[in-house]
Amino acid sequence: MPPVRTTVAAQLENLGLAVAFVEEAAERAGLGHQQTFGLLVAVEEAFVNICHYAYQERPGDVVISCDVDDSALVVELEDSGPPFNPLELPEPDTTAGLMEREIGGLGIHFIRNLTDAVSYRREEGKNRVRMILQRVGVSTA
Amino acid sequence: MEIQITQEPKAVVLTITGRLDAVTAPEFETTLRNLIDQGTHQVVADLHALDYISSAGLRALLAVGKLLKAKGGEICFANLHGTVREVFDISGFGSIFTLHDSPADALAKLG
Repeated sequence: MPPVRTTVAAQLENLGLAVAFVEEAAERAGLGHQQTFGLLVAVEEAFVNICHYAYQERPGDVVISCDVDDSALVVELEDSGPPFNPLELPEPDTTAGLMEREIGGLGIHFIRNLTDAVSYRREEGKNRVRMILQRVGVSTA
Repeated sequence: MEIQITQEPKAVVLTITGRLDAVTAPEFETTLRNLIDQGTHQVVADLHALDYISSAGLRALLAVGKLLKAKGGEICFANLHGTVREVFDISGFGSIFTLHDSPADALAKLG
């Protein structure tokens, strides 16, 4: 299957478009319900991050690409904002009680925990966050 | 997302249907703030029809939980199914909120 790619304006109202695009790729890759749900949460977190932080000076786009090979689905979100590595954000304290719990920081925790691998690259003036989901038990015959 | 609100003698029961994400979470928070302003202190959220929740949804639940606790009340949850349950577990939310099998169970525990 050839890789697919879409470009949407980095605005919260486009979250539905971004999620639908990745959901279709997850279906083509034959991911299960649980895995797809986790991927979509991770994609939302990455997308929302870009909407909030990448384009504070001027509007811009998010480029989403999905590539399926024999073993995995690779989803990449790209923006042209200033260098920003979300993987360097601190991990939240997931053991704090209700009143001590900070409102925030969970997004990156989900990206790490709901995908099989995540990486960040800064290249060609772009931030690229890549998430990999293994295709478990999918027949490639 | 849709929120169905049922006033029971001991608590307000919310049935949340659809997606609680970065787009819908502000609406959820506004609805709950209005209920709290009108005097609601005990909330049972029935999640059987919740298809999806992200960190933005959890943040709204946390904000509402803190607000209620500050007023001596509480939000608890019922009917968490597979994937929603997983998100609660990964975030540690399963241990900061009380989870029940059903709204009836939650109401009974309110005594």
